[in-house]
Amino acid sequence: MLLQELVAHLRENRTQLRQEWARRIAEARLLTAMSQEEVLAEATSVYDNYVEALATDNYEALQAYARNLSERIIPRGVETHEVVGIVLLLRDVLARSLFAKYQVDFSKLNRILDAYEPAANRIANTVAVGFVQQRERVIREQQEAIRELSTPVLQVRERLLILPIIGVIDPQRARQLTEQLLRGIRTNRAKVVVIDITGVAAMDSKVANHLVQTVEASRLLGASIIVTGLSPEIAQTLVTIGVDLGKMHTVGDLQGGIEEAERLLGYKVTPMIEQT
Amino acid sequence: MQVPVLKQGSYLIATVQPAVSDEDFLQLRKSLLDRVRKSRSKGVVVDVTAIDVLDSFACRTLSEIANMILLQGAVTVVVGIQPEVAFSMVQLGSTLDGVATALDLEEGLAYLDEHRHAQQ
Repeated sequence: MLLQELVAHLRENRTQLRQEWARRIAEARLLTAMSQEEVLAEATSVYDNYVEALATDNYEALQAYARNLSERIIPRGVETHEVVGIVLLLRDVLARSLFAKYQVDFSKLNRILDAYEPAANRIANTVAVGFVQQRERVIREQQEAIRELSTPVLQVRERLLILPIIGVIDPQRARQLTEQLLRGIRTNRAKVVVIDITGVAAMDSKVANHLVQTVEASRLLGASIIVTGLSPEIAQTLVTIGVDLGKMHTVGDLQGGIEEAERLLGYKVTPMIEQT
Repeated sequence: MQVPVLKQGSYLIATVQPAVSDEDFLQLRKSLLDRVRKSRSKGVVVDVTAIDVLDSFACRTLSEIANMILLQGAVTVVVGIQPEVAFSMVQLGSTLDGVATALDLEEGLAYLDEHRHAQQ
């Protein structure tokens, strides 16, 4: 009942309150990644959805809207604190207008606020949680994509695989890399694998030990591993920290590694025409 | 359950079934040693494709089998280790050092053939 009165009030003063809100957003320097018009347009639809949620006590539509909004503004670089900030600002703007309207009747103001505050807080909560969830989903998807992209196991000849490693290897990625390699060895029936780590800038003892383990596990599957492209820096660190590389077969660069692998597999590559 | 040992030419093939006990492994060791001697085999393939867990006891027994058979003048190759099994074995530190390994039965037999040619 009170809530209905409240909603009527908010609908009546829609334009003015909305503009006030947009002004406060600009004042607080929120949503700086978006233009003034965009902010006003978003403010309008957020406002309408907000009042709708208050009126119907139905948060599902609001939730869907928050997700949709997040999807649009996340690529623009909008931060979590900005979203929480604008929702809280709206709550304040509306509360202040209620205060202005009912200030003569203090007990009624109290009752109105009693009805308004829990609903408003719940709305703020819904929007913020929706935003964060959406953001986490985006991050998860991207991580997944990077992971998928970053460890290709390539077959270059019958029974010869190449595994180029680029970038930083953390323990999780190292584990995933090993899994993919072992599975690749099985499905491609590989006999020799060349692991090229030219693109790896640094390596600590943990990752180095993991590499040694991978080499041993591959041997158990009947494949031998050639490691190529160890940079001078990595070579220095590995020897200094005393990683046991005795079981590892290393060759200077990828070309040398492939040539060595071809030799192991009994291939001989010759130019079609004798070069003069 | 006893591990069946099949004779194929001058080689023996032991296919380890899933869910073998420690006794079965010891039994396998005994029967392989007997068979190698009796049939004068030149090579042994131990196929563990069906196994999804190889504990340290099993690994040690496999190593022992390989070394004992070597003393009898034959070569052992362990084939069909699953990728997950391989990695957990490495993490446990049982890497079957000194034991030949191959991807599957076919590869194992090819390895034994190669080995024989190299010896001749």
